Amino acid sequence: MSVAPDASTQAQRAARDSGVEQAARFEAVIGLEVHVELNTATKMFCGCAIDFGGEPNVRTCPVCLGQPGSLPMINVKAVEYAIRLGLALGCDIAPSSQFHRKNYFYPDMPKNYQISQYDVPICLGGQLEVATADGSRRVGITRVHMEEDTGKTIHMAVHSERGAISGRIHGAEYSLVDYNRAGIPLLEVVSEPDIRSAEQARAYLTELRAIVLALEISDAKLEEGSMRCDANVSLRPVGHSVFGTRVEVKNMNSLRSLGRAIDHEIARQTELLSSGQPIVQETRHWNEDTATTSTLRAKEEVFDYRYFSDPDLVPVEPDSDWVARLRAELVELPAARRSRYAAEHGLAPGTAALLQSSGLAGRFDEAVAAGAPPAEAAKWLTNEVAAWCNERSVDPVTAALPGAHLAELTRLVADGTLSTKLAREVLEAVLAGEGSPGEVVAARGLAQISDTGALGAVVDTAIAGNAAAAQRVRDGNTKAIGALVGAVMRATKGQANPGLVNELLQARLKQAGER
Amino acid sequence: MHPLVAADAVGLQRLLKAREVSATEITQAHLDRIADTDPHVSAFIRTLDQAALDHARDIDRRLSAGQEVGALAGLPLALKDILCTKGVETTCASRVLQHYRPPYDATVVRKLRQADAIVVGKANMDEFAMGSSCENSAFFPTRNPWDLERVPGGSSGGSVAAVAANDAPLGIGTDTGGSVRQPAALCGVIGVKPTYGLVSRFGLIAFASSLDQVGPIARTVGDAAELLEAIAGHDPRDATSIPTEAPDLHSALEAGVEGLRVGVVREFMGEGMADGVRQVVTAAIDRFAALGAEVVDVSLPHAGYGVSAYYLIAPSECSSNLSRYDGVRYGLRVDGETTEQMMASTREAGFGREVKRRIMIGTYALSAGYYDAYYAQAQRVRTLIIRDYEAAYAGCDVLVSPTSPTTAFKLGERAADPLAMYLSDVYTIPSNLAGAPALSLPVGLDHDGLPVGLQLMAPVLGEPVLFRAARALERELAIDSTPRGPGSLAQVAA
Repeated sequence: MSVAPDASTQAQRAARDSGVEQAARFEAVIGLEVHVELNTATKMFCGCAIDFGGEPNVRTCPVCLGQPGSLPMINVKAVEYAIRLGLALGCDIAPSSQFHRKNYFYPDMPKNYQISQYDVPICLGGQLEVATADGSRRVGITRVHMEEDTGKTIHMAVHSERGAISGRIHGAEYSLVDYNRAGIPLLEVVSEPDIRSAEQARAYLTELRAIVLALEISDAKLEEGSMRCDANVSLRPVGHSVFGTRVEVKNMNSLRSLGRAIDHEIARQTELLSSGQPIVQETRHWNEDTATTSTLRAKEEVFDYRYFSDPDLVPVEPDSDWVARLRAELVELPAARRSRYAAEHGLAPGTAALLQSSGLAGRFDEAVAAGAPPAEAAKWLTNEVAAWCNERSVDPVTAALPGAHLAELTRLVADGTLSTKLAREVLEAVLAGEGSPGEVVAARGLAQISDTGALGAVVDTAIAGNAAAAQRVRDGNTKAIGALVGAVMRATKGQANPGLVNELLQARLKQAGER
Repeated sequence: MHPLVAADAVGLQRLLKAREVSATEITQAHLDRIADTDPHVSAFIRTLDQAALDHARDIDRRLSAGQEVGALAGLPLALKDILCTKGVETTCASRVLQHYRPPYDATVVRKLRQADAIVVGKANMDEFAMGSSCENSAFFPTRNPWDLERVPGGSSGGSVAAVAANDAPLGIGTDTGGSVRQPAALCGVIGVKPTYGLVSRFGLIAFASSLDQVGPIARTVGDAAELLEAIAGHDPRDATSIPTEAPDLHSALEAGVEGLRVGVVREFMGEGMADGVRQVVTAAIDRFAALGAEVVDVSLPHAGYGVSAYYLIAPSECSSNLSRYDGVRYGLRVDGETTEQMMASTREAGFGREVKRRIMIGTYALSAGYYDAYYAQAQRVRTLIIRDYEAAYAGCDVLVSPTSPTTAFKLGERAADPLAMYLSDVYTIPSNLAGAPALSLPVGLDHDGLPVGLQLMAPVLGEPVLFRAARALERELAIDSTPRGPGSLAQVAA
């Protein structure tokens, strides 16, 4: 049988033939595999609750521990989530799909096989429109399939110099296994190799994450592993259509590390090809600390998973009426929402994207519906609310900020009741659960003092007590007014309307100067 | 023999309902019988004397108080040690599970308890149900009550030998390729493999998931029907469970076979069958005709490939099902330098030769590059066999054949020849592949005085006609199921 030379052979030849300046001659071909941990109430194949933290091995039962004789039952909610994501990505929903067993031995996998989908997945053939600096790019979705998560193994090396936990199985003295995660439903989203750069990869993952958040099927946190991404990277000479040898890169747990890892892998492969060396098909591990990748598994070590259809389960055959209903009930997707924000509210694409990626788009819609000016609402949400949630590790979706409260806050700022500074304080109190902005203002006596009479006396006292500064202002040093404003704000515990204070000070000092 | 252990289950129920005996008396009589017979037969890995007596006393208390009792109240039962019993060791006759105590009851066990059956012990078996002689138990072989030098068959040899030895009127086995029917034939009792999905597999420790099915064992067709009705029915914890009620086997049980078409499977009457088996089976089939059934010749053209297909599908599934025994979570653990070595050492020490052989066959058959030639091809054969049955049932109500090509063989006789052992199941395997019900009925003794079983087969969910045909022949033949003759249990136990 004659086999056409693959692109990496061609690439090596091209590299040898033309020598230097190779970097620009190669094109990266990238496909991503993204795992999404679903936030269903119970696990994929048993009734155990899904939660995080707590004692190890408490959310387990005979089924998710793989006890002899136990049998899996399919979680219909997880199937629904898979269909909803498939519909959002424009996939075909298979009228009949199957679960297979992926066989390999690993201590955190209770049955030593993972129930997954293989040649007949539930969703096939969709696409995702991704916005990049070079414009919009369409990335094909090969498939979305369902599977169960594994447990977690902690390898303990008691005599390790770096402390008790080494994290690597080799050299570990003993290992501890926690099966709380075992059996949590996962969706694996496999893209076509349509991505050409680290930036596009980041944009793809950002958009996919926004869709998952909009569907509310996962909290999709890359840092915490509820969304995980592996990248398949190969190079080929620009203009060639044959793929080069592919390297799989794992262990990127943020958007930033995904980008760095891909850039590193492209540079590594470019260097190899440019010096005439072959690319080895393998799986590489991204190390965030050293910003490099290292071999995890060579091609020869690739497992033979011995996939076969799981005889304990029957095919998944979603009723077509059900699929039609899920399609009809599909929420507004991020791209449509961004367009709407631009068209209806005049928001910049970046602001709209920020609202989505921080999980605050729903709050924005509520606030605008309650009468908040869109630009103001977006500003408060993407700055103050996002920061507040971030600092306290609060999920923005669950933050105690009804849209009506945010609308009220923007009104109080607009009508001069609150300064921006005071409004921040009120917002924090609202987020802390102290009530509506009006209630917080009343309870704390925070209303801004805009009464000219009341402020006039304080301003006079400030001028009297800071005679030197007052004189400098009179002498034309306009910056010196800051000390006087500060004195007034101190005396009013920050509640004085700063604009009015300025006005009053200038009027008085001007009068005095003219006298 | 004590009259209470000689009685069948239906007879015991009558006595109990009339308050002529207590559940405690019935249970004690059977525990005494086990104490007499089991040193010779070795049917049980573990007897549960105290739990059995406690349960019996509770039933008696409820009967005295006029409270409800279950459908199988006070009936002793031998439970194959492959069904999980909460807190009670469940070993699968394997070292890897020697001290394993399940944290839950199998659905069948739960139903048996609800029916107030008295589980007198966990019965011996071939390790993980892999074998046809009960010699593959990691602990000890079970002996045939008809000839203690011979095997009881397998894999459910312990449950079957216990029922044959009058240790219990009822037994529970599991049948993946003939594991209830073949020992039933070799020990002269009734053994049933129900329709796949009729009885829950939840808590049945898996050998080959697409073939395993729990089945009843008894000395009369009526008793077997009682037991099947108690354990059958849909289970929401088993995805392969058929959403149907337990079948009504009693209303038509005595309806006879007049007008039924009985198909004799041509491919199961050919070479390889012992002469004694042929004579007894042929005579039994003739009695069907005498009872008014129309006996016809039918063909299952692909049934001959059944053993080959089975020995790819069953090992493939078992290679995956048995992966979980790795020393990490439960059961045996043999320490090693690394996790991998610990797993390997545990499996090396924990599994017997036959289990390892089948894990290796299955691992090979599922490997990349071999899958299509072996596993996928075997599944295609399975489809052809299903179609063969469908075609045969277009013209027949039940099919018949011998259950096993031979009567009971001597211990050790086939131990070194796995292929000869595999051929013990040549007539039983196709029903498992087709998911259809089948039953072995004792129909006589060969010239050595050993029992011969007739296999009756019916279409999927055809249990009512299956039991009806078996009952008609049972009534006609009036077989005495008590083991007797030289070398039998009768020579050593009263």
